[in-house]
Amino acid sequence: MDLKFSEADVTFREEVVNFLETEYPDDIKEKQDKRIPLEKDEIVRWQQILNKKGWFAINWPTDYTNQEELSVTQKYILQEELAKANTPTTIPFGVGMCAPVVYTFGTDEQKEKFLPSILNSEVWWCQGYSEPGSGSDLASLKTKAELKEDKYIVNGAKTWTTLAQHADWIFCLVRTETTDIKQEGISFLLIDMKTPGIEVKPIITIDGSHEVNMVYFDNVEVPAENLVGEQGQGWNIAKFLLAHERSGIAGIAALKRELSRLKDLSSDIPLGEGTLLEDVQFRNKIEETEIELTATEFTELRTLAAMSQGGSPGAESSILKIKGTELQQTISELFVEMLAYYAHPFYLENEIGTNETVGPDYAAPVMPHYLNYRKVSIYGGSNEIQRNVISKAILGL
Amino acid sequence: MDFTFNEEQTLIQDQVDQFVQKEYDWETRQSLSNSDLGFGESNWQKFAELGWLGISVSEDSGGFGGSAIESMLIMEAFGKGLVVEPFLETMIMAGSLIDDHGSDEQKSSILEPAISGEMHLALAYAEPQSRFNLSDVVTEAKSEGENYILNGYKSVVMNGPSANKIIISARTSSSQLDENGITLFIVDSDSKGLSKTNYKTVDGRRASDLTIENVSVSKDNIIGNLDSGFEILDSAIDKAILAISAEAVGAMEVLYKTTVEYTKTREQFGTPIGKFQVLQHRMVDMFMEYEQCKSLLYMATMKHEEGASDAKKAISGLKYQVGKAGKFIGQQAVQLHGGMGVTDELNVGHYFKRLTTVGTIFGNTDYHLKKYTSL
Repeated sequence: MDLKFSEADVTFREEVVNFLETEYPDDIKEKQDKRIPLEKDEIVRWQQILNKKGWFAINWPTDYTNQEELSVTQKYILQEELAKANTPTTIPFGVGMCAPVVYTFGTDEQKEKFLPSILNSEVWWCQGYSEPGSGSDLASLKTKAELKEDKYIVNGAKTWTTLAQHADWIFCLVRTETTDIKQEGISFLLIDMKTPGIEVKPIITIDGSHEVNMVYFDNVEVPAENLVGEQGQGWNIAKFLLAHERSGIAGIAALKRELSRLKDLSSDIPLGEGTLLEDVQFRNKIEETEIELTATEFTELRTLAAMSQGGSPGAESSILKIKGTELQQTISELFVEMLAYYAHPFYLENEIGTNETVGPDYAAPVMPHYLNYRKVSIYGGSNEIQRNVISKAILGL
Repeated sequence: MDFTFNEEQTLIQDQVDQFVQKEYDWETRQSLSNSDLGFGESNWQKFAELGWLGISVSEDSGGFGGSAIESMLIMEAFGKGLVVEPFLETMIMAGSLIDDHGSDEQKSSILEPAISGEMHLALAYAEPQSRFNLSDVVTEAKSEGENYILNGYKSVVMNGPSANKIIISARTSSSQLDENGITLFIVDSDSKGLSKTNYKTVDGRRASDLTIENVSVSKDNIIGNLDSGFEILDSAIDKAILAISAEAVGAMEVLYKTTVEYTKTREQFGTPIGKFQVLQHRMVDMFMEYEQCKSLLYMATMKHEEGASDAKKAISGLKYQVGKAGKFIGQQAVQLHGGMGVTDELNVGHYFKRLTTVGTIFGNTDYHLKKYTSL
C-alpha cells in the first residue's frame, strides 16, 4: 500500500498545471469563477482545447482517438487539476455516453460516422431515456419504433432531456416489440434532431433555469441503419451504459474545490467578534462534510484500483452515486446557510454576474444552485433505486 | 389544559380557509406572485374589509383586540395557500410593534390606515454583517436639532417595495454589538436620501435593500424611548416567529398530504410507489415532523400569550424545529415527486422554496439552538 505519487506522476501533474496556465482561456475562466452559465460555443471551445491536447476523450480506446493512453493515476491527476482550476464540466452525453455505446456495440460505418464529430465536439448529443410514465422504472418505457421497410417510425415522448435545445442528435431507448418481459423489446436508436416530427419543449425548473426538455416524436422516420446493436438488445446497452457512467473523480475534485471555497468565504463573514468559520456549529458541519468527502474519495480510488487490475465497476458505482450526490447537496446547502438572508434575492440566469444584484458578489448563483441540485438524488436512478441495487447485488437481500 | 379554539377563532379560521380554497387556487397565486406588485391589491382590500388586518391589534389602537392565536390561525391558513400578501410584514412585524410601543399619534397616523388597508409597512432590521443578531447595528442616527440624521444600509427588507413607512433600527449610542443604544425610527419611504433596490425573492415575494444617506427624521418618529429599541425589536420578532412558524406549519401540511396523494397514484414497477416501505416510512417521518411543529407552535403561542417566563425559550425551540422539519419535509416532498418535484410548474417546489426561506428568516436552526441554550 502506498499513497505517494511516482516521479513520473508528479511531472505529469506539472504538465497539467502548466497547460492550464497557458491554455485555459481568460474569458471562460472569468465566467466560470463568477458562476455565470456558459454559452454553448464556449463549452465547445474548451472541449476542443482539451481534445487538441489529447485530454478530452480519455476513456476511449486509443484506436479511435490516435492519442496517448493515460494511466488510471494520470486520469485521476488530470481530472483533479481540471476541477481545481474550475474549468467547465465537459458535457457527457456525446463523449461519455453515446461514444462508448457506438465503439462497443456499433458497426464500422456507425463508428466512422459518429465518433469523429463527438471527439471534436462538432455534434452535440442528448439522451432520450426517461418518459413521463417511466422514471425509476425505466424499462416500462413506451416510445414506440416500428420497422417499416428500411425505416423505423418513432412515436412517443421523452422527458428530462438535458440540453435537448442545443443537441444535434439524440440517442434513444425505444420499444420495438411488446413482450411479457418488458426489458426484452427495447432497442437503442440514434436520431437526428432535425428530422421532421420532433418537437422540443422547455421544462423550467425551480431554480428558474431551462436545462431540461420534453421531446415529442410524431411519426419520426429514422433510417434502420441507425439502430445500434441488435434489435431488442437496447436494455443490455442501457445497463452497460449505467455501469459505464462514471464522472466520479471529477465530481469529487469539484467538491473539494467547493468545500475549500466555502471555508475561504465563510472566514470573511463576520459573526459577532469572530467569523462564521470560527463558529463551532458551522465549522463542525464543514468538518463532517470534509471527512465524508475524503472517505468517498478513497472509496472511489479503491474502486478504480480494482478496475485497473481487470475488475469491472458494478454495484460499487451505486455507492459512489449516493455518496457523491449527498455531498453535492450538503455542500450546496452549506453555501445557502453561509449567506443567510442574502441567499433570498432571486435572479434569473441572465442577471447573474451583472451589477444589478445585491449582497456579496458571489451570492446570486448560490440559491439557484441549491435548488437545481435537488435533482442529483433523483436523476440517473434515484438514490432509493441505488440503495435497492446495493441491497440486491452486494448484500444479496 | 385546552387546545380548542373559541367560537370567534373557529369562525376566522373557517373564513380564511375558505378564502384560500375558493379564491386562491395555484394559478391565481402564481399570477399574483409574478405581477409587478407581487401580490393582489384587491385581496389586501378584502382582508381589510373582513377585519383580518386588525384582528390581533388592540382595541386601543383601533383593532379588534384579538390575540396571537388569531394571527396564528390566519397565518396557518395562508401557509396552506402560500399566500403572498404581506400580512406578516405589515401587520405583525411592523404593526404589532407600533401597537405595543407606538405613541397615540403614531397609532392613529400609521396603524389605523394600515388596518384599513391604505398603508403598507416594513421592518428594516438586518444589515450586511448582522446575520440574525438584532443588536448588531452599524446604521447610525445622529441628533441634529429637532431631528435625527440617519446613515447606513439595511439588507433584504421584506415588503420593502410596497411599504409606505419603514421602521429602521439605528444606533444612537454604544458600540456595534451592544443591545443598548439602538433606537427605532419610522421613516417615510419617499424620504430624501433613502433609496431602495427592489427585487423578487426566491419564495416569490418582494424585498428591498435600503441605502440610507443623510435621511432626516423628526424625533416624533422614534418608537418608544431613545436607545431602548432593542427590546421592542426583539419582542416584535418573537411575534413574527410565531406567525411565520404558523405559516410554515400550514405549508408543511399541504406538502406531506400532497406527497401522500401523489405516491398513491404514481405507478412504477407495476405498483403505486406509495406501496414501497422505504417511501412509506419517509412519509411517516414527514407527517411526524409536521405534528411536532404544530405541537411546539401551540405551546409557544400559548406561553407567549400568558407572558410565561420561558416564552422566549419556547419560541426559539419552535423556530429550531420549524427550520429542521421544514427542510426535511420540503426536500423529501421534492424527492418523492421525482423530476416533477423540481419543475417550476408544480406547486411542490414553491412550497419547498418558501419553507427554505422561512428556515432562515429571523434566525436559522444553528442560531436558535444557540439562543435556546443561552436562555
